[in-house]
Amino acid sequence: MSRIDFQQVNKRYGPSLPLTIKDATLTVEDGEFCVFVGPSGCGKSTLLRCVAGLEDITSGELLFNGQRMNDLPPAKRGVAMVFQSYALYPHMTVAQNMAFGLQVMGSDKAAIAAKVGAAADILQLTPLMDRLPKMLSGGQRQRVAIGRAIVKAPKVFLFDEPLSNLDAALRVQTRLEIAKLHHDLGSASMIYVTHDQVEAMTLANKIVLLHTGALIEQRGSVAQVGSPMTLYHRPASTFVAEFIGSPKMNLLPGKLLHAEAGHAQVEVAGQAVTAAVDAGGLAVGSAVQLGVRPEHLRVSVDGEGEGEGAGLPATLLHGERLGDSSLLYVNVGAGLPTLTVKVDGSVSRPAGSALMLRLLPEQLHLFDSAGQACRRTVDLPT
Amino acid sequence: MNNRVRTAWLFLAPMLILMAVVAAWPLLRSIWFAFTETNINNLAASRFVGLDNFIGPYGLFFNPNYTDGFWQSDWGTAIRNTFQFAFVSVALETLAGLGVALLLNQEFKGRTFVRTAVLVPWAIPTIVSAKMWGWMLHDQFGVVNQLLLDAGLIAQKIAWTADADTAMWSVVAVDVWKTTPFIALLILAALQTLPKDCYEAAKVDGVHPLRLFWKVTLPLIRQPLLVAVVFRLLDALRVFDLIYVLTANDSSTISMSGLVMREMVDAGNVGFGSAASTSLFLIIMLSAAVFLRLTRVKLADAP
Amino acid sequence: MNHRPALGSVLLYLAAALIVAVSVGPFLYMVATSFKTGSALFDSSIWPKDPSLRNYTALFEGAQPFGRHLLNSVMVATLTVSGALLLAVTASYALGRIRFKGKGLLMLTLLGVSMFPQVAVLSGMFELIQALGLFNRAIGLVVPYTIFTLPFTVWILTTFMRELPNELEEAAIMDGCGPLRIIFQVFMPLLWPALVSTGLLAFIGAWNEFLFALTFIVEDDQRTVPVGISLIAGATAFEIPWGTIMAASVIVTLPLLVLVLVFQKKIVSGLTAGAVKG
Repeated sequence: MSRIDFQQVNKRYGPSLPLTIKDATLTVEDGEFCVFVGPSGCGKSTLLRCVAGLEDITSGELLFNGQRMNDLPPAKRGVAMVFQSYALYPHMTVAQNMAFGLQVMGSDKAAIAAKVGAAADILQLTPLMDRLPKMLSGGQRQRVAIGRAIVKAPKVFLFDEPLSNLDAALRVQTRLEIAKLHHDLGSASMIYVTHDQVEAMTLANKIVLLHTGALIEQRGSVAQVGSPMTLYHRPASTFVAEFIGSPKMNLLPGKLLHAEAGHAQVEVAGQAVTAAVDAGGLAVGSAVQLGVRPEHLRVSVDGEGEGEGAGLPATLLHGERLGDSSLLYVNVGAGLPTLTVKVDGSVSRPAGSALMLRLLPEQLHLFDSAGQACRRTVDLPT
Repeated sequence: MNNRVRTAWLFLAPMLILMAVVAAWPLLRSIWFAFTETNINNLAASRFVGLDNFIGPYGLFFNPNYTDGFWQSDWGTAIRNTFQFAFVSVALETLAGLGVALLLNQEFKGRTFVRTAVLVPWAIPTIVSAKMWGWMLHDQFGVVNQLLLDAGLIAQKIAWTADADTAMWSVVAVDVWKTTPFIALLILAALQTLPKDCYEAAKVDGVHPLRLFWKVTLPLIRQPLLVAVVFRLLDALRVFDLIYVLTANDSSTISMSGLVMREMVDAGNVGFGSAASTSLFLIIMLSAAVFLRLTRVKLADAP
Repeated sequence: MNHRPALGSVLLYLAAALIVAVSVGPFLYMVATSFKTGSALFDSSIWPKDPSLRNYTALFEGAQPFGRHLLNSVMVATLTVSGALLLAVTASYALGRIRFKGKGLLMLTLLGVSMFPQVAVLSGMFELIQALGLFNRAIGLVVPYTIFTLPFTVWILTTFMRELPNELEEAAIMDGCGPLRIIFQVFMPLLWPALVSTGLLAFIGAWNEFLFALTFIVEDDQRTVPVGISLIAGATAFEIPWGTIMAASVIVTLPLLVLVLVFQKKIVSGLTAGAVKG
């Protein structure tokens, strides 16, 4: 049983300082892999450290399986943490590093040896048991740090940006290993902090995206909680929409022309565009933002696809070829933001060429003047 | 986290208590003694005399018996000697230290050997230095006189440590010899933390090394240099050992600490001696405040 | 390696040679003198014609019990430093790693204490030593020596404590360690080089102390080395046994010199940690 509840958690570092975490209310279910993600300054590490007990909670409740944890020291919470820099004890061998926590708790030698051995097996550390940390590679140290956590059989695993010190190839490999670990360990919950939305999307059962800067004060720390697909397909605000997905979602300013059940008509760049959203709560004529992801913009050539959604004439500013796909940066009108379009294959058109972009209603998002999303009326994966 | 704060004070307590016993208490008692007349052979029998030890016919300051003026009196002379010693010594040490540090900052064969050799004067105990130089500066058999005579630089042997004219200079010379390594190493450490890239850029621009030193190096090491200088000045103001062992400890060289020792221990006049030591304490505190103000040096980093 | 003009090189090596000569020369001369006896002391040659160890043996047979002095000095310095280090370890943890009000003031006061003149506490200390029954006993010197040894060790160890990585301490907290375990089981193995160099510097300071040793000990048997050397006298009031004095000086200096040279890197970093960074 490893359910974690945050109830209106607030954290302030000093009486005259702004809130680092405001009104965080969320639940990490039993055995869930939950990722705290957000731009720098969003307080994700702070929130993690509150769960660990390394930071005090200013107000609000932190519950593990219904039990209040606010005042318990870290060692009594049944959590284990994997630090960004691994934080291995430099003068102890791998075996001693893993055994240390259990020794402090007073377990007997035989039990310790058994647990350490088991963890070493899972992580393939057995040949390295007598080595000192300085004789290990980054990836190996990473595994020892994880082993140190496994040994304590915690109810909750906490990971603080564990992959950021690894090179790209190792990062992918370790990501897979962590996913496998979660699968094997079953009952323990995992809270994972990262600034990398790819890690969030691939590892998480549940993503908690946190606000940064002034938005914390205005809207509270939590921007959206949901599965990766939910955040991708149904971002609750422009903040979420722009954070998830790379390259960023395109946002065009526009005016609401007309709203009916299941559809809304918006004027952008001088065109009337239909989007499959429910804009019932908005006043006609109000300022809105139309969102469309670069991968969802169609480029039609020579009039093909006529009639499928609105057509937006555009001029190509610059193209980047990535091999498998190409990024086109286009201009759709004076004073309007440059749009990014992602297309398959290699596209090589000269700068200045005229293009026609097709906006399909079921690919579009609509946000009100405050950046809040309108509900999309299409069937989407969850 | 209040727990942490409680732990901090708990951990500090033994040290604080010990310091209170060995430092604070004796200091307060010494200050108290300054207002009494007490003899060293019977500390318990002390008589309260108010400011008599400080001011008046038996006092350190504003004493009508100082017919030649304050600065010619024993206490005035001691103050004069001490400050002269401190400023001259530290100035010379700093210059010499700077020179040695700049030299050691260059790369050349045998650099480590020179760096090791430079440490030798600092490692030798002060008393030993005093005795050693006392021997070398000996008027009849000292090697310094011998070398100078042979080189034709002096006409006859000089009693360096006994002659009133030269005694203080010999003290300064020994102190500079002894302390330059310390300053040199401090400055060297500071020099080695300087970023190498601005020097490389200067070389590409063809800047003259002396200019580079004045405009770039010196300002960058200013902070640690000033810390070292202030430290040394305050340290030099409490000089005792060197003067006591090297010279006759008479009016030409006696330091403030020397006078305290003479009055309190040799003459047994604990009250008067304590007044002198308390005055010395205040003078040093005042000097510290003035030095720190003048150089605007930040002593303690915010935690 | 940058190209240096030839004249520059010559000047550099000349300056270096001069510095070495001035630094080491006097010490070598002192050693040479210690091997000279009788009238050889008074001739002008630098190295003795027939070197002899008589000065050294005379030391241990003379009026001043030099052997005793050495033992006293070792005992006093060792006790002072051990005590100071023990207290300094926990104190420096608090000062280096815990945030609390008044810390800045405390550190400044500590610095101030190590800066004030020894004579300022002389009469009060005299009274205290007598009251404790420690007057004229070598071990009594530990009391005044703590005044400068303790702040010094705390100050230097604090700068080292500050440098230790936060995450290491946090990992230990997650493992259930309280502050004492953290200090002794996690930090100590990393700190012991700092302890060695700090201890060494403090030992040297205590070893060399003169003023308190002169004032509080009047019996020859109980004296420490610096005072002992300053009191070495000859058979008559007018004869100063320079040879013997030099021999004593060599004996006292050699171990210190060896220690300083062996540990020079650590000592320099200890000194500069306090000054450059503090």
